[in-house]
Amino acid sequence: MATIEQWLEALLHFCEEIPQHKDQLNQLDSAIGDGDHGSNMTRGVQAVKDKLDTSSYSELTDLFKDIGMTLVSKVGGASGPLYGSAFISMAKTATESSDPTALMAAGLEGIKKRGRAEPGEKTMIDVWQPLVDKLHAGQLTQEAVSEAFQNTKEMKASKGRASYLGDRSIGHLDPGAQSSAYLFDCLMKAGVLNE
Amino acid sequence: MNKQAALLLVSHVEGIAEGLKELLIQVATDVTIITAGGLDDGSVGTSFDRISAAITDCESNTIWCFYDLGSAKMNLEIAAETTDKEVMILDAAFVEGAYTAASLLQAEVKLDEIMQQLSPLMVKN
Repeated sequence: MATIEQWLEALLHFCEEIPQHKDQLNQLDSAIGDGDHGSNMTRGVQAVKDKLDTSSYSELTDLFKDIGMTLVSKVGGASGPLYGSAFISMAKTATESSDPTALMAAGLEGIKKRGRAEPGEKTMIDVWQPLVDKLHAGQLTQEAVSEAFQNTKEMKASKGRASYLGDRSIGHLDPGAQSSAYLFDCLMKAGVLNE
Repeated sequence: MNKQAALLLVSHVEGIAEGLKELLIQVATDVTIITAGGLDDGSVGTSFDRISAAITDCESNTIWCFYDLGSAKMNLEIAAETTDKEVMILDAAFVEGAYTAASLLQAEVKLDEIMQQLSPLMVKN
């Protein structure tokens, strides 16, 4: 079972990873959205990093709650309430369980509830849902992360800003799915979610 | 002042929220209309903090909210979940819905009747 130190390592790594991919995420979002996913997420994770650097945590629930509320406050786009709701939902589950699969499943439920989206609508859920399924089956791999993200390309968006484009959203990767793939990558590299 | 409800206008752009308020004041001088538009630095987006502060600072305990696009609603929902005030989020066409509500609040029409008049304007899911 992952320790709180591993979670912190993974999430701090995510806070460094997103700014490095800011332009790429903005470009993905320019194709089918409003072009600011990278900038918004960068603003959010930098605030999270500031918070984590100046706090100490002995309970996962407190760590997740701080991350969730910081993202809600600081991101400034739809990914704020969505990622924020994921971590707030994880914070609630963390009072009962520290099982990474249960926590990620709670995060997925938080996103679904807030965004009212289901799999196949070309959103971040199209990374979270298949990967939580893989976690339940004990089959999460780097390839699965990449495959889930790549699968968003041929989907037609029916939720989020890209849905205004209808069929024209087909053929583009989803930016929220990409940032979610980075999150899962970081969690795997730190050993929170084992291969 | 009409005490039935205040209106909160949430937009990604401060000028849109303020512009809509300007339009509504024309027909609703006695209705409390508050706004939460854009981000703190004036850029485009919706801010949970700004929405939450608008709700907290509002003199009314009943607040009807109209919004433009996706994240506005999600941030409104989180703000509604974290206040004791009665916050209702209306999935109506932003301009037409808020204008209808403002006009009818000014005319002191009862809330349930206003809801009926708003129902054909519910264009968001």
